[in-house]
Amino acid sequence: MRYAGLIFFGLILSSATFAAGGGKNPFVTPSNVDVSDNASIQRGAKYFTNYCMGCHSTKYVRYQLMKKVGLSEEQIKENLIFDGSKPGSVMTIAMPSADAGAWFGAAAPDLTLESRLRHGPDWVYSYLKGFYSDSSRPMGVNNTVFPNVGMPNVLWELEGVKKAAFRFDILQDGKIVESFDNEKEALSYKAKDKNFKINKVVDKLVQDKKGRMSDEEFDQVAKDLATYMAFISEPIAEDRKRLGVYVLLFLAVFTTLAYLTKKEWWKDIH
Amino acid sequence: MSILRWVDDRFPLTKVWNEHLAQYYAPKNFNSWYFFGSLALLMLVNQIVTGVWLAMAYKPDAELAFASVEYIMRDMEFGWLIRYMHSTGASFFFIVVYLHMFRGMMYGSFRQPRELLWIIGCIIYLAMMATAFMGYLLPWGQMSYWGAQVIVNLFAAVPFGIGEPLSEWIRGDYVISDATLNRFFALHFLLPFVLAALVFIHIVALHKVGSNNPDGIEIKKNKDENGIPKDGIPFHPYYSIKDTFGLGVFLLFFTAVVFFAPEMGGYFLEAPNFEPANPLKTPEHIAPVWYFTPYYAMLRAVPPMFGSQFPGVLVMFGSIALFFFLPWLDRSPVKSIRYKGIIFKTALGIFAVTFVVLGYLGVVASTHMVLGVVEASILAPIFTIIYFLFFLLMPIYSKLDKTKPVPERVT
Repeated sequence: MRYAGLIFFGLILSSATFAAGGGKNPFVTPSNVDVSDNASIQRGAKYFTNYCMGCHSTKYVRYQLMKKVGLSEEQIKENLIFDGSKPGSVMTIAMPSADAGAWFGAAAPDLTLESRLRHGPDWVYSYLKGFYSDSSRPMGVNNTVFPNVGMPNVLWELEGVKKAAFRFDILQDGKIVESFDNEKEALSYKAKDKNFKINKVVDKLVQDKKGRMSDEEFDQVAKDLATYMAFISEPIAEDRKRLGVYVLLFLAVFTTLAYLTKKEWWKDIH
Repeated sequence: MSILRWVDDRFPLTKVWNEHLAQYYAPKNFNSWYFFGSLALLMLVNQIVTGVWLAMAYKPDAELAFASVEYIMRDMEFGWLIRYMHSTGASFFFIVVYLHMFRGMMYGSFRQPRELLWIIGCIIYLAMMATAFMGYLLPWGQMSYWGAQVIVNLFAAVPFGIGEPLSEWIRGDYVISDATLNRFFALHFLLPFVLAALVFIHIVALHKVGSNNPDGIEIKKNKDENGIPKDGIPFHPYYSIKDTFGLGVFLLFFTAVVFFAPEMGGYFLEAPNFEPANPLKTPEHIAPVWYFTPYYAMLRAVPPMFGSQFPGVLVMFGSIALFFFLPWLDRSPVKSIRYKGIIFKTALGIFAVTFVVLGYLGVVASTHMVLGVVEASILAPIFTIIYFLFFLLMPIYSKLDKTKPVPERVT
């Protein structure tokens, strides 16, 4: 009972770590990236400046941030800067957002914090791999993790083109009672009961046209970009963990000494 | 020593030291629930110190605020640490204050002669909520913006033509805007010092009546020949060293979050707040920060009546106001839960569970199926009623309760 307060305090904290998940998109799959992998961040930076920065700024990030993952100023200038910016400049883009709005329906958002906004690299990774052709969309593509996205698949040259294999779920009171992979069978099953509804969903993506890269190669591209974006969303993430270890070690010693002192000073209190 | 004498002749330094630390007698039987008072003070100091440093780089301007926070996180030396200490500190401040309040409810620390001490504490709690609410707007993210929009709109629900002008007066505009951000920053800077003054008054009141303890016994009733309570020990060095140990344990938890999980799974820093405020785009799910969610759940639990949200607003503010009346609601002949009977113990247990459940119901969407069985909007009214019954029925059940005899001296 003496330490009930402390135990209670610990319980509150540990219960808060059970993040309320809810309605997860099945296409957001684990990327298994290591956000401290400098080589991957460097490759991601290259893909990002080449393929993404035409439309997306990362205006809170300076080019020279890449020094932190091992690039020299020369390497940064040669490989990442295409508009004559200085390494100390922030990574803005030339496209006016009003034009972007007219061309794509919405201005391309700044991506500095996208990884944190989307709860980490898994979303970014899955998004990059989630494009499939859809002739009903203005850019000819749709996305499994971001339905009706306004953006074209800028990596299609590398990835090739994927198309969706659909699944037809029969729903009764919101619960799936049966699934079909072709619409005809689904329709005839639906006819059995007027409470049935058909829900057309993307089941999986299949390669339609080959790109320049193999599946594995493109998978690594998506991982590198996800790693890079996780890194720029919180560049000090590794610093804080490193410093945190020392802080905790110090506090462990401090708390132990405080406890022993307390015990000694309280010897006479009964 | 002559310097000390020189000062003492001009300022009661030794006198204050003795009266409030070295010869302030606290009951010797404090348990670990008694750490949270000094920890709350620590968190207030943490918030003020880190807050002043943040204010050195923060720009209270709708165009610049979001970018200035990122500047702090990226370009300011150790700005990230200061900011995480502040954002994590806000949540920990509420955690320790909730535990501090619960301690008071368990051991009857609000009972005579500590009614005023308790009420000052309730005012501190209100001031804290106001401070936290205004501070939450400052990062100018989506959740900041829409959270503030929802809460300020509550004031618009006040009837008799007062509501609309009132909410406009608070915002300084028809919507949350640059004007709102600017004044919230000014008030967010001011209120912590008001809070510090209130804490000072809280401690003055505490030292007048003396601390309660887990047995709920007045140690001043049992004094030795020198007028010192037999069950009392000087705060310094006994409790200063004990609180130092408590501080160490607390900081282990606190720094673990600051350094390893500053977002705390999206509860301390919410994901939508990594997107700048956009008045034209409402997020799909708006929820206040976790420490407000029990009250938010009660607000949502009440359906609009006569086309007005006002009843819900009244219930929400009423649920906080009830704390003020606690000293007169408890009619039990004993203070501490140790000597109270099964009825009070059960009631307090149910209340604690209810508060946590309401907090959960305020986090999720009202259409969320709790445990996949029942919708949140059905549970919220039930738990709101339980919350109110805990207070409103207390005069009855605390009297009916079978209590145990209270010992003469602390155990």
